Amino acid sequence: MIRIENLYVELGKFALRDINLTVDESEYFIILGPTGAGKTVLLESIAGLNPVKRGTIWLKDRDITNYKPEKRGVSIVYQDHALFPHFSVKDNILFGLMLRKKTRKELLTAQDWLGDLLGISHLLNRKTATLSGGERQKVALARALSTKPDVLLLDEPLSALDPETREAVQEELRKLHVTLNNTIIHVTHDFEEAMTLGTRIAVIGEGQLKQVGTPEEIFHRPVSPFVARFVMTRNILAGQAEKNAGGESAFRVGVTEFFAASEFEGVCYAAIRPEDILISLVPVPPGPPNCLTGIIVQITDKGSTLYIKVNVPPEISCLITRRHFNEMGFYTGQRVYLTFLPSSVHLFKG
Amino acid sequence: MFIKRLISNKMNLIFGLLGLIILLFIAIPLGKMILGSNPGILLKTFLDPQVINAICLTLYAALIATIFGCLLGVPLAYLLSRFNFRGKRLLEGLIDVPIVVPHTAAGIALLFVFGRNFIIGRAFGNLGIQFVDSIAGIVIAMLFVSVPFLVDSVKEGFNKVDVRLEKVARSLGASPWQAFTRISLPLAWPSIVAGNIMMWARGISEFGAVIILAYYPMTAPTLIYQRFETLGLSYSQPIAALLIIVCVIAFIILRALAYRGDKHDQD
Repeated sequence: MIRIENLYVELGKFALRDINLTVDESEYFIILGPTGAGKTVLLESIAGLNPVKRGTIWLKDRDITNYKPEKRGVSIVYQDHALFPHFSVKDNILFGLMLRKKTRKELLTAQDWLGDLLGISHLLNRKTATLSGGERQKVALARALSTKPDVLLLDEPLSALDPETREAVQEELRKLHVTLNNTIIHVTHDFEEAMTLGTRIAVIGEGQLKQVGTPEEIFHRPVSPFVARFVMTRNILAGQAEKNAGGESAFRVGVTEFFAASEFEGVCYAAIRPEDILISLVPVPPGPPNCLTGIIVQITDKGSTLYIKVNVPPEISCLITRRHFNEMGFYTGQRVYLTFLPSSVHLFKG
Repeated sequence: MFIKRLISNKMNLIFGLLGLIILLFIAIPLGKMILGSNPGILLKTFLDPQVINAICLTLYAALIATIFGCLLGVPLAYLLSRFNFRGKRLLEGLIDVPIVVPHTAAGIALLFVFGRNFIIGRAFGNLGIQFVDSIAGIVIAMLFVSVPFLVDSVKEGFNKVDVRLEKVARSLGASPWQAFTRISLPLAWPSIVAGNIMMWARGISEFGAVIILAYYPMTAPTLIYQRFETLGLSYSQPIAALLIIVCVIAFIILRALAYRGDKHDQD
């Protein structure tokens, strides 16, 4: 559907470098990255809103690299919705069709379809300034869908919304994708949003793609410390791996050693997700291969969950529920045991 | 309510008193000018064809200058708002130079370029357009000294229009022209109108550059000066009063439009 080859875009001091990406038809593709990573630049380059210095962008086997934005067949929705403030809701959503000089009947049909699709029929005559955040987002989506674009580009569409509205609009996006079966490229810095919506995710940082894969791959098998940190894998340890018999590797960091369920050798990183570690006051019988002991050095309350940092050494964080925390009565300075399976340890070169 | 809040705070009270001095400094001379004229002389002046002609010529020349300023200044303001490039600050500074140079000096500079001894002046002369002692000269002088007000105001107006609105319009199928005329221009309209009125009002009051380039035909400020020099204060004052009334009306319209523009932005 969309194929990006060796894309290089320069904007002032920032550059998007060596972007190679394929997005399949009907895919809900997520571009995930921190602020300033180049997500919006990439999205706008696909839309033709940034000049491409090198590389090619293909859409449905057409080389659209030098196409004008209005000829590409892609629509963009921005974080703050960018609704035209001098138009009513109806004029906003029909803007693209009016430019195409559609007949009155066609405009009415489109208006009814979009009104029903996004549940905004009752808002059509309102001024955009009177809409709530969620309503504005729906109007922006309706406007973008009105021209039936080949690809819908969403630039942080949920960031400006309160948590409750965000969840509702997230659900709306999921339903919309199922209903229309269209190709969506959605940019976000929120990895939970990416996990929920994306069929595949590309992680971007410092103007370069760091990893492309399914949510499962990105979440559990990051290929670099950057990606691991970004998906909140708090335990990223640099050390030395040694293959042993039985398809496992022993990973050594300082004086501490534990096992990983993959064959690896040499200097590398080990990533262990905090939620994959069991914390207890006594060793867990019958003694699984990875059981470490250490002292609690920090407890961070996140509301329904808590992060507990244990100095083995190295320092390892684990995530527990509030109920578990209350039952166990953990405190700073306490000796505890950390247990995790070799399959929870992901080794990578970085 | 406002007075109550003002006197409840020592700092606000001091600021209020200092502000009052500047308000009186502006209001007293203007009020004295309008109210202090002898009614008989004022009426006689209002009926003087030379005065009426001078005021009409001033308004007309300022309008022509504003139309040219708008046609040439709005595109420039848009480009300055939308693009960052090396030397942009220098260019913006250059546009504002006519505000800071003495206007008689501006007149002399214009005389050099549009006079009969320079290539541009000669080229226009061959087309039958003379700038010395002509309406064209008055227009050029007004344009030169007042166009920075228009460019600055319009640029601010375009700065307030989110560039992403244009990007969305483009992705929906609008050409650059369509995005400009349907999105940016209507949204910047209050600032464009305000800039035009500001330029027109500033053109009306121009004296220094006009007197160098075109003493004749006489504009209202030139006539005020001539009457003051030849007949004295009491004969120049009524013309000045009339001109001030015209400028104040233009200024009130400008403020009203700017207020409407701000309200629109807040919506």
